[in-house]
Amino acid sequence: MDERLTSAGEDLLTIEGLTKAYPGVVANDNVSFSIRPGEVHALLGENGAGKSTLVKMIYGLVKPDAGSMTFKGTPYAPSEPRAARASGVAMVFQHFSLFEALDVAENIALGMEHPPKMRDLATRIREVSHNYGLPLDPDQLVGDLSAGERQRVEIIRCLLQNPKLLIMDEPTSVLTPQEVAILFQTLEKLRGEGCSILYISHKLEEIRALCDHATVLRLGKKVATCNPRQETARAMAEMMVGETLHVPQKALRVPQDVALEIEALDVPARTAFGTSLKGINMSVQKGEILGIGGVAGNGQEELCAVIAGEILVENAKLRLAGIPIGDQGPNPRRALGLLSAPEERLGHAAAPDMSLTENALLSGSARQELEHKGMIDWGKTRDFAKHIIREFDVRTPSPNTAARALSGGNLQKFVIGREILQKPAVLVVNQPTWGVDASAAASIRQALLDLAAEDAAIVVISQDLDELMEISDRFAALNEGRLSPPVEAAGLTVDQIGLMMGGAHDLEPAAEVTA
Amino acid sequence: MITLEKRPQPSKLWTAITPVLAVIATMIAGGFMFAILGKDPFEAIRTIFWDPLFNEQFAAFSRPQLLVKAAPLILIAIGLSVGFRAGVWNIGAEGQYIIGAICGAAVGLAFYPTESFFIFPLMVIAGALGGLAWAMIPGILKVKFHTNEILVSLLLVYVAEFILASMALGTLRNPEGNGFPGSRNLKEYPSAFNAELLPGSGAHWGVVAAIVAVIFAYVLFSKHMMGFHIRLAGQAPKAARFGGVEPARLILFCLGVSGMLAGMAGLFEVSGPAGQISIDFNVGYGFTAIIVAFLGRLNPFGILLAGLLMALTYIGGELASFMLGVPTAAIQAFQGMLLFFLLAVDVLTNYRIRFGKRGIA
Repeated sequence: MDERLTSAGEDLLTIEGLTKAYPGVVANDNVSFSIRPGEVHALLGENGAGKSTLVKMIYGLVKPDAGSMTFKGTPYAPSEPRAARASGVAMVFQHFSLFEALDVAENIALGMEHPPKMRDLATRIREVSHNYGLPLDPDQLVGDLSAGERQRVEIIRCLLQNPKLLIMDEPTSVLTPQEVAILFQTLEKLRGEGCSILYISHKLEEIRALCDHATVLRLGKKVATCNPRQETARAMAEMMVGETLHVPQKALRVPQDVALEIEALDVPARTAFGTSLKGINMSVQKGEILGIGGVAGNGQEELCAVIAGEILVENAKLRLAGIPIGDQGPNPRRALGLLSAPEERLGHAAAPDMSLTENALLSGSARQELEHKGMIDWGKTRDFAKHIIREFDVRTPSPNTAARALSGGNLQKFVIGREILQKPAVLVVNQPTWGVDASAAASIRQALLDLAAEDAAIVVISQDLDELMEISDRFAALNEGRLSPPVEAAGLTVDQIGLMMGGAHDLEPAAEVTA
Repeated sequence: MITLEKRPQPSKLWTAITPVLAVIATMIAGGFMFAILGKDPFEAIRTIFWDPLFNEQFAAFSRPQLLVKAAPLILIAIGLSVGFRAGVWNIGAEGQYIIGAICGAAVGLAFYPTESFFIFPLMVIAGALGGLAWAMIPGILKVKFHTNEILVSLLLVYVAEFILASMALGTLRNPEGNGFPGSRNLKEYPSAFNAELLPGSGAHWGVVAAIVAVIFAYVLFSKHMMGFHIRLAGQAPKAARFGGVEPARLILFCLGVSGMLAGMAGLFEVSGPAGQISIDFNVGYGFTAIIVAFLGRLNPFGILLAGLLMALTYIGGELASFMLGVPTAAIQAFQGMLLFFLLAVDVLTNYRIRFGKRGIA
C-alpha cells in the first residue's frame, strides 16, 4: 500500500498485478507496469497476448479479477468508459465507431456527455484539429472521408476531452506513410504538452521511432520491458514470440508467360459507400508476386472479388492464361486454377459456425475432388482439413472445431493454407497477414514465396507496406478505385510508394502550424 | 448475479436437450393455465399426452389419428426446413398445400369414373406440381424483383383460400351433390382414394412420403453439396458467395422443394382423410408445420419427432376439450407455449449460465 502511494507520486498511471481470466484462458496474469507523464509507452505482443484486454481494463470496458490501478496518485477503478473519460483517459479504437450518414461535428457530439451548441462545437473542432495538424471540416459527411480522415475524427473526439492518457490501438494500420508521419508529429506535440500515450502496434519500426518505453506481453504475462530506441526490431519481435524469427527469402526469377490479365476494366460500386473500380489494367506472370498497396476502402475488396469471380464482369476483360473468364463464377475459376483468399476471415473466407472440415470443403470441393456427382466424401474432406492443420501449424483441438472458436491468426493460417495446398496457378490474397502475429506472418509470407517459386502467379493485396516490399516482384497502388501502373519493387522508397498511394494531399504537419 | 456467457461453439448436448426442456416447461406453465381455468392440471396434461396413446377407451381411435395428423405436418415441415436453413422464409406452405390438393383432386376427378392404377400416381404428381407452381410465384418475384418472400408467400395463402372456395362452389362441385358445396368424395372412387395401407394403423401413402422425405432431407443435409450450400447460405451469405453458391438457384430450389412437399401433403389429405375439396378443407397444417420445423431444430429426425408430438397435442387437445371442457383457445395457447419455450431455452445452446458475483477484487 505504502509502496504504491510513493510510486504514484511521479507516475501518471500505475498498474499492479492486474489479472483477468476468461473460461479456458487467462488473458492477463499479474501484469504490472507504470506510465510516466508525457511518455509514449508501447504495448507489444502477439495476437492473443492480452494487449486488448489490458487496455480495456484501463478504459473501464472490462473489470479485472484481481489487481489495482492508480491514476494521478489516487486509486483508479473505472466501472465504465464514462468514468475513465471523466478521469482523463481517452481511447482511439482500431475499428471506428462512426456513423457514415452523419457529419463530423454530429459524430463528435454523439460521443460527448454534454455536447455544446453545434456552432460552438464546430468552431472548437476547427481550432483543435488545426492546432494538432489534423485539419477537419466539421460539416463534412463521415461517409465521404478516407480511413485516415475518419481516424482524425476519432482522435479529435478524444482531444476535445483534454485527456491525460491517450490509448491508441493499432492507429497506423489504415494510414499511408505520409499520414503516419503527420500522426507522429501530432503525438509528439501531445507528448510535449504532458499527455501520456499508450500505444499498441505490431509495427516495430514505428515503435522504435516513437516510443520511450515498451512493455512486452506474451500469453498474458509481462515478459520484458525495454527502451525501443536501443533495441532492433528483430530483437523486440523475438521478445514477443519468445523464439528466433525466420526471415522469408525471395529467390531470383526470370520473366515468364502471363498468367492473369485484366484489361480496361470498370466496375460500378455495389453499395452507397463502396468503391467503383476505374480503368484497371494489370497482368501477372507465372512465378511472379504482384503486390498491391493502398489504404483500405480504395477498392481492394472489390478488386479481390472481381478476380475471385464473386463479381462478374464482361467475359473478355479478365483472362486466365489467355482464356476469357470474366463471366465465370468462383467454382469454374477454381477448376481452371484461380484461387482466392478474401480479407474477412470470419464470415467470408470461412463460415463461423461451421467446422474446419466443412470450411475445407467450402473452397476445396472441386479441386480436391471432395465431392462426386454432388455427394460429399467427408472422409477425404476431413483428411484435407487435417492436412491443412498439419502443414500450416493451425492450433486447434480437432478439425471438428468451429471456425469461430479459433483465434484470428490461426484461422488466417487455415484459410491461406487451404488455398495454397490446392496448388493454384493463380492466387489472389487480400491482407494475408492482417492481425496475425510475427512468426505466423513470416511463415505465411514464406509459403507465398514458395508457391511463386513453383511458378504460381500471386496477387497480394495488403496495407502492410513492409510486407509488400519483402515479397513482391512488382508493386502497384490502389487509390479511389484506380490502379497505378505496376513498377519493379526492388529499390522503391517509402516516399515513392506514398506518392503512388496518393494519400496526404491536404494534410499539414503539426510542427508547421505551431511555427 | 446471473450472467449469460457465449459458448466458444454451440453445445451439441444442449441442442438435443432443449426441445425436451421446452416440452417440460410447457407442461408446467400449461398446468398453471389449466388450473386457473378451474380444471385439474394433472388430469388435463394426462388427457393430452397420455390418453390418446394408452387409454383403453380412446386409444383405438386416437392412435391411427396420430399418423394421419403427423404425416402432413412432417411432410410440410421437412420442406420448410430446407428453406429455413438457407434463410429463405416460406411462410405460405398453407397456400401451397391448398393448391396441391386442388390440382391433385382435379386430375383424379377428371378421370372419374375410369378405374386404373395410374390415376393415383398422376394425382400425386399433379399435387406436387401445383404446390411447386404456387411456391414459384414468391420465388421468381424474389429472384427477379427482390420482393420479400415472407409477405408474398403469406398473402398467397389468402388467394389460395379464395380459389379453394371458388373450386368447391363451382368448377369442382359434385354434379350429383344436390347443389351442396364440395367435390365428389374420393373415398368412393377407389382408383383415386388414398386408403390405409395397414388397416387400423392410420398409415396412408402420405405417411410413406413423410418418411421418405425425412430420409431425403437427412441425405441432402449431411451428404450432398446442395445441402451444404443451403446451410452455408443460411449461416454466412458472404462465405456462400465465396463458395460459388448462386443465390437465385438456391432460392428457387428451396421454395420449389417446400412447395412440392406441401402440395403433396395437400393431395394425400384431400384424397384420404378429408376425401373431398370443400370450403373449409384446410385446417392450418401449413402454419403449424412452421412450429414443427423449429421444434425439430430444422433437423430431419427432430422434425419427425416434433411432428408426432404436435399431432399428439392436437388429438389430446381435442380429447381434453371434449372430455374436460377445456376451451379450444386454451389448447392453441398451449401449443403456442411450446414454440415460446423452445425459443426461450434455445439461448442455452449458444450461451451458458454463470452464477456468481462479478466485480473488482
